[in-house]
Amino acid sequence: MSNADVPVVVGERKWVNHALGFAAWVTGLIFFFPVFWMVLNSFKTEQDANTAPKINFTPTLDRYDDVTKSASGLLSFGEAFTNSAVIVLISTLIVLTLAIPAAYALAIRPVHKWRDVLFFFISTKFLPVVASILPIWILAKNLNLLNSRNALIILYTGINLPLAIWMLRSFFSEIPRELIEAAEIDGASLKGQLTSIILPMAAPGIAATALLCVIFAWNEFFYAVQLNPVKGSTVPIWVTTNISTRGDFLAKLSAASVLACIPVVLAGWIAQKRMIRGLAMGAIK
Amino acid sequence: MTVVKYDEATRTYEGTDVAAVDSLNLDIGDGELLVLVGPSGSGKSTALRMLAGLEPLDGGTIYIGDRDVSNVRPRDRDIAMVFQNYALYPQLSVAENMGFALKQQGVPKEERISRVRETARILDLTPYLDRKPKHLSGGQRQRVAMGRAIVRQPAVYLMDEPLSNLDAKLRVQTRTEVVELQNRLGVTTVYVTHDQVEAMTMGDRVAVLKDGVLQQVDAPGTLYHEPENLFVAGFIGSPAMNLVDVGDASPLKIGDSSLTFHGPGASAVGNGAGRITVGFRPEALRVVNDGPLEAHIRTVEDLGPEVYVHVAIDHQSESLPLVSKMPPPFEGNPGDSVRLQIIGATHVFRGDGSRVASTTANLS
Repeated sequence: MSNADVPVVVGERKWVNHALGFAAWVTGLIFFFPVFWMVLNSFKTEQDANTAPKINFTPTLDRYDDVTKSASGLLSFGEAFTNSAVIVLISTLIVLTLAIPAAYALAIRPVHKWRDVLFFFISTKFLPVVASILPIWILAKNLNLLNSRNALIILYTGINLPLAIWMLRSFFSEIPRELIEAAEIDGASLKGQLTSIILPMAAPGIAATALLCVIFAWNEFFYAVQLNPVKGSTVPIWVTTNISTRGDFLAKLSAASVLACIPVVLAGWIAQKRMIRGLAMGAIK
Repeated sequence: MTVVKYDEATRTYEGTDVAAVDSLNLDIGDGELLVLVGPSGSGKSTALRMLAGLEPLDGGTIYIGDRDVSNVRPRDRDIAMVFQNYALYPQLSVAENMGFALKQQGVPKEERISRVRETARILDLTPYLDRKPKHLSGGQRQRVAMGRAIVRQPAVYLMDEPLSNLDAKLRVQTRTEVVELQNRLGVTTVYVTHDQVEAMTMGDRVAVLKDGVLQQVDAPGTLYHEPENLFVAGFIGSPAMNLVDVGDASPLKIGDSSLTFHGPGASAVGNGAGRITVGFRPEALRVVNDGPLEAHIRTVEDLGPEVYVHVAIDHQSESLPLVSKMPPPFEGNPGDSVRLQIIGATHVFRGDGSRVASTTANLS
């Protein structure tokens, strides 16, 4: 690159850039610090964790041992993770199965009054969660769904579906129309168009959508605690079972929280590149 | 044998009252290369998309061969289309792109491969068969798009401005290649372009559209020499025909010079035709030493084999620009006074734009 191509930053602008960069780092660190402290606490003894903030300590994995052994008898680590995994995966699969045709109908072959339809989907998110819990609880009770995985699978599907339709619609809208028309002329059926053109092209977007659904479902606490407080419950509920009324629990709770975060962080890490591309591609426009 | 017929075909887009294509009647012969040309918004692309089945018809019928295809799905029309942006499938290789339609039709793999290879050979694409479209140049992508259409051996090719994304030099070269290929394959082709030079050089016949209405369909030479109306006269030819509104006075005058018509059709002029516009091509307007019409030179464009002299005359107390095509060498500079004469075909149009006659005229 020749000198002429380098943007010349002089005087005030240079100073402003440095200041903004510094502010960004400080903000980032402030946000990161609680997570860092949680991870640190999880390797301490309860005593170390509950005394004055201490960086110098002998790390131990005992807390992880404690939390993964079912002590309370309410909900074991293994149960909670299996429940979460099953609920999250099945609900995300159902969401994608329903959202892909819906997004196709809204983006590629816009149905009559598609804007109203789109608004209707997102309007289901306007109602505060708290306001809906009583009717949902009564329904779940009457349908014998309390304390079962099915209740949460249905609910998480309902919660994530509008978001997934909105995201996928914007990804699908970005596929050049001519490509679909070319496939149509080339003899591809609707299924052929979907499998050979639309889905491969929208793959980053679909990955991003799926990941968001997974994260939201994995982290959901409110419905889980109301509908499945004991049996068939999920990781966030399991984390809270490590809060005890007697004795210190901060280090244990930290260890449980770290374990709860790992799958989501891992999924995010693996899908990072695709997800950023996916998010930048259309969802936020 | 595949003929294509538009019969009163009409398409009106939702939310508008004006038809994008209005009662189009057009017959395209077997093996013919017909070019649809017009300015943007003329309905040429819509007409093509109606034939492709990508736009529904609001009225009329379209036939491919003897079959009424008005309500037939695109994939059942036995057509292949080349898009302006090529519409290559980005995740598929060149070979897969070209073989896509065959695969959809259920052609056996071996035959598919041999047909793709044969087409690639014709189009010099053999070295690129395994590449993805993003690793190809614009010209190569264009050839892949052509190849994708050719490999199918359809009844009709549809081409929607397939050369407009190429640079000028490559466009001229590819133009010839497309015509050669079309002649060789002998498949009925409908070709859309906004470029009248492309239309004139490629088409067996050219259909000129304006505001969704067919203006004239004829061989390029006929369009050029006998334009049926003012729009066609002005649209076909570059630089455009000189058009002068001469009013309805008798005798007809350009500037201070009177127009006299000779030859066949001359008698039709001036029989109560109302307001008259006369048109003459740049090559019919000559800069001569003793011409009757005075003008001054605005600019001189020396292209080598020909020189375009842009002049301005005083006509009905306004300055009117005209173009003269002169053989080189041409002596003259901007600002110089020159004298003009019309030598050659002159077209006479009524106030409504329709043609009264194409004849010869000169100034005195």
